[in-house]
Amino acid sequence: MTYSHLGQNLNMITFLSVIGQSVIANLTKTGRGTLFLKQTLSCTFSVLCHPRLIIKQLFSVGVLTVLIITISGLFVGMVLGLQGYYILSDFGAEETLGVMIAASLVRELGPVVSALLFAGRAGSSLTAEIGLMKATEQLAGMEMMAVDPIQRIICPRFLAGCLSMPLLAAIFSMVGVLGGQLVGVTLLGVDEGAFWSQMQSNIDFYDDILNGVIKSLVFGFVITWISLFEGYDAIPTAEGVSRATTRTVVYSSFAILGMDFILTALMFGDI
Amino acid sequence: MQHPKSLDTLVGLFVVIGIGALFFIGMKVSNLASYSNNDGYTITARFENSGGLKVRSPVSVAGVRIGRITAIDFDNESYESVVQMQIEPQYNTLPDDSSASIFTAGLLGEQYISLQTGASEEYLTHNSEIDITQSAIVLEEIIGQFLFSDNEN
Repeated sequence: MTYSHLGQNLNMITFLSVIGQSVIANLTKTGRGTLFLKQTLSCTFSVLCHPRLIIKQLFSVGVLTVLIITISGLFVGMVLGLQGYYILSDFGAEETLGVMIAASLVRELGPVVSALLFAGRAGSSLTAEIGLMKATEQLAGMEMMAVDPIQRIICPRFLAGCLSMPLLAAIFSMVGVLGGQLVGVTLLGVDEGAFWSQMQSNIDFYDDILNGVIKSLVFGFVITWISLFEGYDAIPTAEGVSRATTRTVVYSSFAILGMDFILTALMFGDI
Repeated sequence: MQHPKSLDTLVGLFVVIGIGALFFIGMKVSNLASYSNNDGYTITARFENSGGLKVRSPVSVAGVRIGRITAIDFDNESYESVVQMQIEPQYNTLPDDSSASIFTAGLLGEQYISLQTGASEEYLTHNSEIDITQSAIVLEEIIGQFLFSDNEN
């Protein structure tokens, strides 16, 4: 009787310790991540003095992502044009198609969809690259040669990610609006003047477009932070790197969608 | 480190296209182009009811947009809505007995102020006020009037 009571207690303690372990592990990881971000940010100045490092990363992070962003933007805009036209024509309000396309692209779809694509295309490759560098002990080797890997490897990639995200989102929105115009005006016959003029009179530069740019800046910051840290913190084995890459995409997507809700509530809502 | 020239060119192209896209959505998609001229003169008008009028709604004469609404305030003493509008400087020959009405663009469109020009020789200047105004049409009021008059008959 007393023995089984003791066993139950032991089970309870094991259960609690499992919870405790995972909480402590997550908290230490958050702490490591924050310290990592601090170290990265503290290198910003010295990296800005060597813009060549950033340019090389802008190529692999930004330029190589342009194609997927452009094609997705075009199709998202075209679908918005089609769907919007079918719904708006029920109300005889086809002329507001431009407003609908531009507002949804500039406020939400531009920053969010391009950030999701960026996390899948650039974020995962950053994690894999850094993780593999760690697995093959290149980072340790740099430290042996008194080269700070954070300054040489991490920080340029971080800055390149933060820089290219708003540009990619802007390209996405522009191509999307043009795709919507292609479907709405050229194929479905919405009046071109009404399409553009309604858009211009209803989209505000500061409220809509600058807020969209701020959103994409925040997303770029978070995605590059997550992907670089996951790579830097990966277990240096093939499996560890693959898991880190998966985590990058999953966490980035969660972070983007969650942050998007908060930012939208702060910027456009009255919450 | 070896840097091929083509890499620089592609990065430059990327940055230029990105900034160009921002410029495009600024100028072509949003109202940034109409932000530029902040000069011009301000006139006010008092309405019994300014309806769904908003700041930045257009002010037009004969269907041409000549300015924007800059402020809508409530007068604590006369219980009226005081609407301030900024008129672009080239339209400086509006007679001072012009009247202002609030109209709706289309059935579901936004509301705007339309000025009907008068016959006076004097022109509206900075800070002058429009005396003759016609309030916004509130749909519920019209329906109410319609039902009321129907009952009388």
